[in-house]
Amino acid sequence: MMAFLIRRIVLALITTLAVSMLSFLIIQLPPGDYITSYIAAQSASGSVVSEEEAQNLRKLYGLDQPHYVQYFRWLGQVVQGNFGQSMEWRRPVGEVIGDRLGLTMIVSLAALVFTWLLALPIGIYSAVRQYSIGDYIVTFIGFIGLAVPGFMIALLILYFGFKYFNLNVGGLFSLEYAQAPWSLGKAWDLAKHLPIPALILGLSGMAQGIRIMRANLLDELRKPYVMTARARGLHPAWVVLKYPVRVALNPFASTIGYTLPYIVSGSIIVSLVLSLPTVGPVLLKALVAQDMFLAGTIVLLLGCLTVVGTLLSDIILVLIDPRIRLEGK
Amino acid sequence: MTRMVAEDVARTGSGPAPLLTVRDLCTWYFSNEGVVHAVDGVNFDVHAGRTLGIVGESGCGKSVTARSILRIVEKPGRIVRGSIHLHPPAGQGEPRDLVQLREDGPEMRAIQGGDIALVFQEPMTSFSPVHTVGNQIIETIRLHDRSMTKALARDRAIEMLQMVGIPRAERRVDEFAYQLSGGLRQRAMIALALACNPRLLIADEPTTALDVTTQAQILELLKRLQAERGMAIMLITHNLGVIAEMADDVAVMYLGRVVEHAPVRELFRSPQHPYTRALLRSIPSLHVPPRQALATIEGTVPHPLNRPSGCPFHPRCEVAIAGTCESHVPDLLPIGTGPAPALVSCFLHHPFGDGARQETN
Repeated sequence: MMAFLIRRIVLALITTLAVSMLSFLIIQLPPGDYITSYIAAQSASGSVVSEEEAQNLRKLYGLDQPHYVQYFRWLGQVVQGNFGQSMEWRRPVGEVIGDRLGLTMIVSLAALVFTWLLALPIGIYSAVRQYSIGDYIVTFIGFIGLAVPGFMIALLILYFGFKYFNLNVGGLFSLEYAQAPWSLGKAWDLAKHLPIPALILGLSGMAQGIRIMRANLLDELRKPYVMTARARGLHPAWVVLKYPVRVALNPFASTIGYTLPYIVSGSIIVSLVLSLPTVGPVLLKALVAQDMFLAGTIVLLLGCLTVVGTLLSDIILVLIDPRIRLEGK
Repeated sequence: MTRMVAEDVARTGSGPAPLLTVRDLCTWYFSNEGVVHAVDGVNFDVHAGRTLGIVGESGCGKSVTARSILRIVEKPGRIVRGSIHLHPPAGQGEPRDLVQLREDGPEMRAIQGGDIALVFQEPMTSFSPVHTVGNQIIETIRLHDRSMTKALARDRAIEMLQMVGIPRAERRVDEFAYQLSGGLRQRAMIALALACNPRLLIADEPTTALDVTTQAQILELLKRLQAERGMAIMLITHNLGVIAEMADDVAVMYLGRVVEHAPVRELFRSPQHPYTRALLRSIPSLHVPPRQALATIEGTVPHPLNRPSGCPFHPRCEVAIAGTCESHVPDLLPIGTGPAPALVSCFLHHPFGDGARQETN
């Protein structure tokens, strides 16, 4: 187990390094750089940036150096915990995303918990009672959840919440807490605002989860070990929960890896619609403005999230499935 | 529609009352395409200490019969008619009709694994892939005997594994099924089935997935355990060699019905039903002249949704009686007299309209 962990962690580090290179490369891919878009923005508002000024700015941000030099400079800083300066915000990247990152994690985790808490039991029900009316209803809702984009549902909820219940569902905080320092009251306020964004963000994941659980469980329910378990006199409900569900959980555990970053990046538009103070909208803006250090940092963080998520699912899989645990022994 | 009354079929073995009597059992599957009569009026008895072999081609309803007895028929299947009486040991109450019990009720669950246990065809997939062998044995023991502590049940599980000939049982008990070889796995399966001293062991193709040497060992083990414990075995197989080796009585099934039921010697010596005869002819033998083609049964088993009318075997039967076999269903009736006559369901032996009541359809 120890050897397995060490091997996985080393692999994760190497992957992260590759991710950092790739994310840097991707950010450099579009033609032009921040200065080009800065000049464009300036001239749009009427002022002109001289060629000399532009060169000075490029020098200031190190944009005149070759790409690999820029990359290693950036990486050296990142390792020290300094993510560089956001050109758009004119503040350190860490400062720009610091607070948002925490909130993003909270919202994502809430969405994830919501996804699982609903998807697992509904999926189990749907498989055990295959082709029942309940199964059809759940399947229908599931497909709606898959097919309708999250921001659409967000807009609908915003509209109906405001029109009929006089609810303001946007944001994560009430007005009086938005700028206030952290306190119990603020945490409670957050908890009250959390369910709706979590529900909207988790909806497609939940629909997917239901389908995955249902399909896996249907496969497992047909396996002979289920029938032998019943032939031993176990209660049918217990048979289902102890044996096939346990096996059908594996794919769930292995999806943690990409579910986490998916929720963070997939939430960009929903976060814009619901005006959530998360990383998503910042990433969008940074990409549009070619704010490379900010965008690079966020892409890097998403990559790390994937790597960490995958590591987590590997560990969980090893814990729940002896076939993987004992492989090669 | 009553096809046969229990008393009509007084049969098999002699002496004490049977352990299990199955009468007119019908288990049908209701699919969108139609109704499949997987088991369609099956009758037989199982006696304590004896082995009843059930033989037939794939799809003849052998396994569904076993599942019906254990009440684990999966949807969309359902027992639509008939009775399965489980007789308690002498002087301990009345026989119970398992068909009348709720399939997941406490009474039925006490019987599943307690009075009647099952060994499956696939030792590979009959154990949970994510639980140890011991976990499942201990679970079963404690389920049927609430007074068992975990430690006691564990000791008993190890004892069972030793009894079925698994070496280093105290270590194997904590292993997973896939860590055992096929033979050991089937032994563990038998240990699991016997953990609660069942009176009837249903073995559904217990050796099909095993190589021949292991097959012989497992059959030997079953014989030994039966002799030690006096339990009844219902052995389901398509292998006539296994039947000859193991069974005391044989029921031959075809398309959901028992077509012939006889003591094993009699069945092999003088098979009565045309289907049984054809089956026995199609066994490869060392004694036939070389280069002679192996006899086969003409045609194929009909599609379950497209059952022939009358006697289900008539389209493939060499001696079918035109005008009778395709329109009437023969009953399972005794041949000759004596305490244990063979039963055959064929108009050759019981001409149509000859006293016995036969059903038209």
